[in-house]
Amino acid sequence: MKTVIIDYDAGNVKSLEFALERLGVSTEITDDSTKIAAAEKVIFPGQGEAASAMNKLRSKGLDVLIPQLKQPVLGICLGMQLLCELTEEGDTTALGILPLKVRRFPNTVKVPHMGWNQIKHHQKGIFKGITQNCYMYLVHSYYVPLNNATVAQSDYSCRYSVAVEKDNFYGVQFHPEKSSKDGQKLLENFLNF
Amino acid sequence: MLTKRIIPCLDVKDGRTVKGVNFVDLRDAGDPVALAERYTQEGADELVFLDISATEQKRKTLAALVLKVAAALDIPFTVGGGISSVADAKTLLRNGADKVSINSAAVRRPALINELAEAFGRQCVVVAIDAKKIEDQWRVHLVGGKVPTDIDLFEWAQEAEARGAGELLFTSMDHDGTKNGFANIALSKLSEVVNISIIASGGAGNISHFADSFTLGKADAALAASVFHFGEIAIPKLKSKLKEKNIGIRITS
Repeated sequence: MKTVIIDYDAGNVKSLEFALERLGVSTEITDDSTKIAAAEKVIFPGQGEAASAMNKLRSKGLDVLIPQLKQPVLGICLGMQLLCELTEEGDTTALGILPLKVRRFPNTVKVPHMGWNQIKHHQKGIFKGITQNCYMYLVHSYYVPLNNATVAQSDYSCRYSVAVEKDNFYGVQFHPEKSSKDGQKLLENFLNF
Repeated sequence: MLTKRIIPCLDVKDGRTVKGVNFVDLRDAGDPVALAERYTQEGADELVFLDISATEQKRKTLAALVLKVAAALDIPFTVGGGISSVADAKTLLRNGADKVSINSAAVRRPALINELAEAFGRQCVVVAIDAKKIEDQWRVHLVGGKVPTDIDLFEWAQEAEARGAGELLFTSMDHDGTKNGFANIALSKLSEVVNISIIASGGAGNISHFADSFTLGKADAALAASVFHFGEIAIPKLKSKLKEKNIGIRITS
């Protein structure tokens, strides 16, 4: 199996599966650590709540496995946030791949942040061939602050990180599977690594 | 900048769109998937499917339709109509819907909002509210506007938010179908009393109405059906005109 989607009851993975299918890639949705470890590419999706997501990962030993993976791993939405060390959502300890704390948006803006926002990115890697200041679809209440691993940022109450890159780990706060052509291009770039 | 969203709404019955559509180059205007694809290409930011059949047998048809839409669509979509339990919502979300919209069922049993938010996260819970102004008070109505209640729109909106709604879809029954513009005063008041995004619905007739819903009404998104279905307003033109008015809008190439 070349590309797997980690299954931890993370809501709508069907759209992700379909988006990859449109790119001609068949995927398996699995929580089996052997299959995940053997995959060429791993997608770590997410929607839902951080503490219960971490509990599900722990119950399958995936909290230990994911940080050890050497193949390209793409965290999406909550999947990106869980790459960090801590999140204010339920004061949850996450995977700790990035030494960062995920914060909640202040109430000076509507929460969740929902809709299409403009993305300023480094035009390389997963963003190769994607227009600068493109629009991606976001829906989230917590955000990753700007940091050394930031490769794309957006603006909602403050400038914050909407994509990170560290070694073989990639994270995007937006939903590429729901972000029209630019989102599809990003997934394609990741699959081509 | 977070952009304002333009949302075509498709009424679905027995797996087909109803209310008629008038696209000359669509081979089958009743096919929701073809219509959804068309709107996506034109730059719609999101779609809403409202199932108006909503009986037990027909719900299976809806689940199958959601799966087909999800396979074809790369923008978010919401499904509503007759959802009254976590199990109903789960079927639709598992088939690829991004959000579910609940209306009368939430008024009858408000705990449904909490249950859905806990099960799936508040980001996929849209609470739709139909209301009508009666003697200076906006009163919530049920069953597609047929049954009036004593519930106040703004109080209900606040309760829905507190229980876990991620978004509100407000339809003014006084404006719906009039093509005279959205209920901007009520909309902007809603934005003051809750801190979640608000979709304006009911009253779209021309491009200025959309602009007003965003500026005067402070809405985060505007929803319409017939003006899009009958080609009275083309989405690309609508979006470029809104952009000219300095409203944050996603323009697709």
